[in-house]
Amino acid sequence: MAITVVTVRRPEGDVSYLRATLKGMALTFSHLFRKKVTMQYPEQKSDDTWEISNRWRGTHRMLTDEQGRAKCVACGLCPQVCPANCIKLVPGEDEEGNRYPLIYEIDEFRCVFCGYCQEVCPEEAIHVGVHYENAEYERERFVYDLERLCAQTHPVSTLWDPSDPKGE
Amino acid sequence: MTPELKGFILLSLIKIVVVFSVMMVGVMMVIWMERRVSAWKQDRLGPNRVGPQGLLQSVADGIKNFAKEDVIPAQANKLLFVVAPALSFIPAMLTFAVIPFAAPLPVNFDFTVLILGQFVHAGPMPMMIADLPIGMLFIVAIGSLSVYGIVLAGWSSANKYSLLGGLRASAQMVSYEVALGFSFVGVLMLAGNVTLPEIVAHQQESVWFAFALTLGFILFFVSNLAETNRLPFDLPETESELVTGFHTEYSSMKFSMFFIAEYTHIITGSALVATLFLGGWDIPFTSWDSGDPTVLKSLLTLAFFAMKTLFFIYVFIWIRWTLPRFRFDQLMQLGWKFMLPVLLAYILILGATVLVLDSIGWSSGLRYGAALFVMNAVLVYIVFFLLDNNRLLLGRTHRKVGT
Repeated sequence: MAITVVTVRRPEGDVSYLRATLKGMALTFSHLFRKKVTMQYPEQKSDDTWEISNRWRGTHRMLTDEQGRAKCVACGLCPQVCPANCIKLVPGEDEEGNRYPLIYEIDEFRCVFCGYCQEVCPEEAIHVGVHYENAEYERERFVYDLERLCAQTHPVSTLWDPSDPKGE
Repeated sequence: MTPELKGFILLSLIKIVVVFSVMMVGVMMVIWMERRVSAWKQDRLGPNRVGPQGLLQSVADGIKNFAKEDVIPAQANKLLFVVAPALSFIPAMLTFAVIPFAAPLPVNFDFTVLILGQFVHAGPMPMMIADLPIGMLFIVAIGSLSVYGIVLAGWSSANKYSLLGGLRASAQMVSYEVALGFSFVGVLMLAGNVTLPEIVAHQQESVWFAFALTLGFILFFVSNLAETNRLPFDLPETESELVTGFHTEYSSMKFSMFFIAEYTHIITGSALVATLFLGGWDIPFTSWDSGDPTVLKSLLTLAFFAMKTLFFIYVFIWIRWTLPRFRFDQLMQLGWKFMLPVLLAYILILGATVLVLDSIGWSSGLRYGAALFVMNAVLVYIVFFLLDNNRLLLGRTHRKVGT
């Protein structure tokens, strides 16, 4: 196919650079007094136009039962489903034959925050959290152990619901 | 040395130190102002954390730049690479030396210091660093030096982009030097003198030259924009195509020097426009300020000068955040094919008008200014509304597409 050249017809007769400039300057001047969209982050974390979604998948949280023990029964589904292979689980068993996690560690650096662990968990124990302030001074601190996962208090993600795709 | 000369030297030194410090603090404030204003124009807030309203942001940036590693490229011409930032900074500072920033201040002293001897000064002290009899010519001479800093920076970096930036800078600044030179010929014609105090005094007697020379004023401001390499004329920089052009290779405090130089240029450029066209330190609607010098008068006129300068600094920033950058051929078209012929014709018309006004006896005062203003209004209308149908940038010879 031959190359077609598109000639753009510009309104050359009635274009004035100076007048266009003045118009543009009036526009930018009016912006000086408009409402600013910046959110002052550390002090202000949400406003009436924006807040963090409850489907946000952040760092994990392990839910606990009434006795303060982790709900986890060490079934091994979450390390199995985890695509990043970031969950380390060593199961144990108490006198009554209940399985519980001896070691439960999540490497938050490896984690891709897909939320499969939460989806697959039969006991609704492990959750991804609605939380994003994770700064630490050392790399080692990003491997969250069971105690730390249980100690988290932030809200947990609702994940995406296929029957309610818009989250209403 | 006579005691009078010693007094003069002492005063000059004090003035230099004070003006230099004020300029440096001013540069910091202007950088802060630019960032805040640009943010507001984009519906953001801008730096507001360091100090009250973020006023100390530039200090923080300066400390950061001091602490950074100072890289000199292996292939660079070391001497020129180091000298270039200073070369672009010094002319910007020097220009301010001849700009009067307030009404003369009465200073009388007579004291003796051990070893140094007697210092004497009596009468009004001109509020400018150097009361040069060549005034405007000095500004033009020094102003054209600032191109060296940029060209040498571009060349000595041994970097393609820097070199291109430097070449563009030289082409652009040489072109607009011509327009700049012609655009204040009108001022010299009306004032009949090249020293800046005389130009200010003449504006006090009649009207501000912004009204008597509107067209010249607009074109002077435009070529001043081009001389300071500000948008829409910042082709030496063009971060999108030349990776910030002439200062690509500069880091640390050397980069800061270019930054400071740019903002010093803005301040001196604004001060110059204010002096030449808005009556300098003149307080409008009163002749009180041109009488006998007092301290109060100096302070008030200084405030007015600062306000006028600040206004033009704001316009500089305003234009930068409004207009996109020119294409290089558009830049050259505007400079050579539009501004130069218009200015030449303007000088001719202005000369004829002044001659006619002189011959009918309206050689000064309000009547004279009003007549010139009417003449200029007509010219501005003709140039910007009748002639300018896209020809400002594309030139008369631009071919019509699709007709």
